[in-house]
Amino acid sequence: MPDTPLSVRDLAASYGALEVLHDVSFEVRRRDVFVIIGGSGSGKSTLLDCLIGLLHPTRGEILYGGESFTEAPVARRRAILRRCGVLFQFGALFSGLTLAENVALPLEELTRLDRREIRRIAELKLALVGLSGFEDFYPSAISGGMRKRCGIARAMALDPDILFLDEPSSGLDPIGARRLDELILELRNSLDTTFVVVSHDLDSIFAIADDGVFLSSDERTVTAWGDPRRMLEQTRDPRVREFLTRGESTEARP
Amino acid sequence: MADGEPAVLRRESDGTMAVVLAGRWRIGELLPPVAEVERAVTEDPPARISFDSHDLEAWDSRLVSFVARVLDVGSARHIPVDPEGLPEGVRRLLALASAAPRRPQPTEPEPGFFERVGRAAVARGRREIDVVAFVGETATAVARLLGGRASFRVRDLFLHVEGSGARAVFIVGLVSFLVGLILAFIGSIQLRPYGAMLYVADLVAVAMVREMSAIMAAIVLAGRTGAAFAAELGTMRVTQEIDALDTIGIPKVELLVLPRLLALTLMLPFLCVFADFAGVLGGAVIGTAVLGFSPSLYLEETYRAVTAVDFFGGLFKAGVYGALVAGAGCFEGLRSGRSAAAVGQAATAAVVDGIVLVIAAAGVFSVVFYLLEI
Repeated sequence: MPDTPLSVRDLAASYGALEVLHDVSFEVRRRDVFVIIGGSGSGKSTLLDCLIGLLHPTRGEILYGGESFTEAPVARRRAILRRCGVLFQFGALFSGLTLAENVALPLEELTRLDRREIRRIAELKLALVGLSGFEDFYPSAISGGMRKRCGIARAMALDPDILFLDEPSSGLDPIGARRLDELILELRNSLDTTFVVVSHDLDSIFAIADDGVFLSSDERTVTAWGDPRRMLEQTRDPRVREFLTRGESTEARP
Repeated sequence: MADGEPAVLRRESDGTMAVVLAGRWRIGELLPPVAEVERAVTEDPPARISFDSHDLEAWDSRLVSFVARVLDVGSARHIPVDPEGLPEGVRRLLALASAAPRRPQPTEPEPGFFERVGRAAVARGRREIDVVAFVGETATAVARLLGGRASFRVRDLFLHVEGSGARAVFIVGLVSFLVGLILAFIGSIQLRPYGAMLYVADLVAVAMVREMSAIMAAIVLAGRTGAAFAAELGTMRVTQEIDALDTIGIPKVELLVLPRLLALTLMLPFLCVFADFAGVLGGAVIGTAVLGFSPSLYLEETYRAVTAVDFFGGLFKAGVYGALVAGAGCFEGLRSGRSAAAVGQAATAAVVDGIVLVIAAAGVFSVVFYLLEI
């Protein structure tokens, strides 16, 4: 496996006439937990949509393991995406299917495994995220945190090289968020998966990140790179500083 | 300050204009308009504006918005406004309201007439492209299904067969029964002058079996099931379930559209048979109870009127209508926007598209069947 499973070069994206991102470049190293940080409206989700093929960038290139994703034909794009897993912000579980069926769906549709084996794999993945015993529950019957865990289990169904997580800790209580952070690190350490995490939760960012980029909502591009714990010391951008210190570095409001 | 009285503006000797705030400044009270302050400031500009709130009894956001507008009046005319005389809470709220910078207003000019027309045309064209793409994808998916290679869940098919077929039997039957009844009445009025009343049976049977059963069943299903398909798929758009399918790499047309399309294409002919019987029954009720024919005579006349070609032609049409209704529902659902209102619009559009497509197809069939002399 290449050492940079994902790199982005001079990416720009827009919704209609409104440019949301421009000149975004970064590289993700293998086995890193790479965070995309930024305030609300900074284009984090737009960047993620580009990375997972839901939005076509207006300029620039996305490379998976050195292979261009943006230029690839549809079949090739699908093959690349098969090596990626995505946890959506609200889980996006199929509400008509049980948890086990949710995890099983990618296996049923995209592999030739038999039914019993698929069920066993689905149970294993659910056990990995701490959802043993909930296989036959429907998504509407479990809590938000459990839905996210199940979303991770489904994203891991096909043993992807890269897992994308969109705001994994949003909407969770502090303990649930912390458990999820631990789960992410545990999975990274045991499965050798690369994680790309979109987040604005500082506690979580400092707990899990090895590397990352900061998207500025004013400049609509990356203004800081690197380990978020060191980003604070190295940056000269006051907005990065303000964000990473929860606004404490700027003057206190009256 | 009493209700509705003019604002008390006190002129001080040093050129300051003091706005006197007294009494109850609350939502629901009648209060002086800001326009008075504005007029006083315009007529005789003071050196500065201050506030006097010694006799203020109670206040809420009504006062804050009044003061905020006085501040605007002052800053527009470069007259300093001294907030010192305000209650501390008001000053804090004003500071909080002005702390976050205003969102910069978009500098783009409003689009002109030609630009708007052009944009609307492009959007319209995009929709047509979407239609072509959807039809193409669906056709490919059907071909893959026939080749046994599609991602297709039989359980989903049965679920939709039940929902769209079995549960629609009663309403389709009722509607068709009433249509049969109506046709019999119209027929009896038209045929009475010729003394050919028995041909009411022919008229009802042929009209129902050839055309009306299939159309009525399709219209009922467009409102019942087409809308439901659009709402289901639209909601899946909102909850990102469709995005999840896209990123997992499961073809959504095969997984979501095929079972629905097949369910309606299979079930509409069955409903159509049911509607045929209900329609003939409706005609027979009039024929026997009102026109006075014996049931056996009426049914015999019906048997003589309907041919196998009429019957199976009707079923074939029903199958096509089923595909159209399901296609319209799925198409509108898949391209729904990501809000509750957009899902509602998708459902509405699905019903409208479905009914228009069915009627248009019925017209085409009529011409084709006529030319083929079927």
